[in-house]
Amino acid sequence: MPLHKPYTDIPGTTIFDADMARKGHHLNQFCMSLLKQDNRGQFKKHEAAYLEQWPMSQDQKQAVLCRDYNAMIASGGNIYYLAKIFSCDGLSFQHAASIMTGMSEQDYLQMMLAGGRPPEGNCYSGEANQNGKN
Amino acid sequence: MARISAGVASSHVPAIGAALDNQKQTEPYWQKIFSGFDYSKQWLVDQNPDVVLLVYNDHATAFDANLVPTFAIACGDSFDPADEGWGARPVPKVVGHPVLASHIIQSVIQDDFDITMVRDLAVDHGLTVPLSLMCGQPEEWPFKVIPIAVNVVLYPPPSGRRCFQLGQALRRAVESFDEDLDVQVWGTGGMSHQLQGPRAGFINSEFDRQFLDKIVSHPADLAEMPHVDYLRFAGSEGVELIMWLIMRGALNESVALKHRFYHVPASNTAVGHLILENR
Repeated sequence: MPLHKPYTDIPGTTIFDADMARKGHHLNQFCMSLLKQDNRGQFKKHEAAYLEQWPMSQDQKQAVLCRDYNAMIASGGNIYYLAKIFSCDGLSFQHAASIMTGMSEQDYLQMMLAGGRPPEGNCYSGEANQNGKN
Repeated sequence: MARISAGVASSHVPAIGAALDNQKQTEPYWQKIFSGFDYSKQWLVDQNPDVVLLVYNDHATAFDANLVPTFAIACGDSFDPADEGWGARPVPKVVGHPVLASHIIQSVIQDDFDITMVRDLAVDHGLTVPLSLMCGQPEEWPFKVIPIAVNVVLYPPPSGRRCFQLGQALRRAVESFDEDLDVQVWGTGGMSHQLQGPRAGFINSEFDRQFLDKIVSHPADLAEMPHVDYLRFAGSEGVELIMWLIMRGALNESVALKHRFYHVPASNTAVGHLILENR
């Protein structure tokens, strides 16, 4: 019997469960390698060559090269692992979040200052979205 | 005999650490957050605890995708601040209490909590940001710290009920330790936030305020809330709030609320903070 997953109808949200972790294992372990300064230097010097060390899918590698965080998450990446990539780029969580929402960083920042993305319309798939581009 | 005197709950947003480390704490954006901890800094000086059991989560720093302990207690002599991808935070190393930590590990395992023992542990912002918020920028942290790491990154994390019960087991462990020690338990993380996907930036102040109420007055009821409610109503990363229940479980049923603070936003996150004393 498959495990019950009551969290699949949360809009714009991928829960990093054991199935996603299996898909994303090598992607996430590549991210972990960036915790070492030497590896960050190597990665920045030749990104594509550096990625060849990891048995990731071509789609995963392409998503890393394009910094397509939503695609990385869809293929099993977890945000706390992926944070090593944007940290290596000298970018903040807020910057990365704005990219994932499809908003400009300025618009995202304003949304947060105004209290964030509200729960109304954002808790169940199919609800009318109240803010941002879902 | 050692005793648990108080509990502290606090968010552990990495950008708060970066703001402090880069001398931005007087900027209006950050000042609003740091000012919520003015009372707390003085309170902590007055309380002068010997040891803090600091419940936090590792954010893919010390534990990678190869090894994910649900609960881990660290019994090393000291813990270095971790390089999380932008260099280690310029904060003091964290000094442990190996004797009490070993005692707690033995006690909770015999109390049916099959936790993981870890000795050396690089500690990330989850542990060092609450220390900075509560202590400022000292040369050394003014007490010993036993890190208690909880998995909230790989779903499923432990249930709220299990966290609450672990807090109760921690209390029994501390109270069976012979040395006369003043021990606090801190629960960190939260409040509502989501860092990933198109719903990033999600904040639910009503959920947070109810959580702040209930964790003081009706913690056992709150501990029954299922994971999906955190994920749906507090954001995918808001599930960190289960760690506050470990702190609360270690305290008396009835506690004195000494301080409460709530602010939106710190970066992507709602900041919540409580100080609770046993009475």
